[in-house]
Amino acid sequence: MIKQYETVFIATPVLSDSQMKEAVAKYTSLIKKNGGEVVYEEDWGLKQLAYPIDHKTSGFYYLIEFKAEPSFVATLETQYHRDERIIRYLTVALDKHAVAYAEHRRSVRAAKLAPKAEEPVAEPVAAEVEPEVKED
Amino acid sequence: MANVENSEIRYLNPPTVEVRKKKYCRFKKAGIKYVDYKDAEFLKKFLNEQGKILPRRITGTSLKFQRKVAQAIKRARSLALLPYVTDLLK
Repeated sequence: MIKQYETVFIATPVLSDSQMKEAVAKYTSLIKKNGGEVVYEEDWGLKQLAYPIDHKTSGFYYLIEFKAEPSFVATLETQYHRDERIIRYLTVALDKHAVAYAEHRRSVRAAKLAPKAEEPVAEPVAAEVEPEVKED
Repeated sequence: MANVENSEIRYLNPPTVEVRKKKYCRFKKAGIKYVDYKDAEFLKKFLNEQGKILPRRITGTSLKFQRKVAQAIKRARSLALLPYVTDLLK
């Protein structure tokens, strides 16, 4: 039975961009290799931790939503555990409400990112109109 | 009758009648079905300044959602999105 999961891991802040990409690629390929399907990925970037973990005060957060067999979660978590780059991880099964929420969250985020490309075009127009009013 | 009685009683200070606002479960009211552990800013509404989870009698959350809130806060704590202990959160 295929279930939907969501996993967040925190990688050490010492990694370079390419090393981080490599780590992400490792886990996405691991999911795909084991008959899973990556639904969504999200990079939260370097974030400050709320408390120090292994004497580190920040870390790279990465979120992956995927569909896989329940037995795969144990495999994924052993891989996390053996990986020295990863300082913390959490895998959660998503129920129907969580899946609906995740979809909503995705669409909100997509909407937030998309209009930004249009806004710079719209703003100069507004800026041009305003000075005219002031002159009057 | 009632009017007569009222007029006989005199207060030095006008009596303050406290009308307490009825508490409600914000999840039921807003129709939220899933409490997200990734949204630390939202979860902070259910924590006191030391980062402890507030009881239901203060927040008014229903039991069903209090359990979910508690679960989400604990997940957020393990991911270092929220602290286990602090002073002056917020």
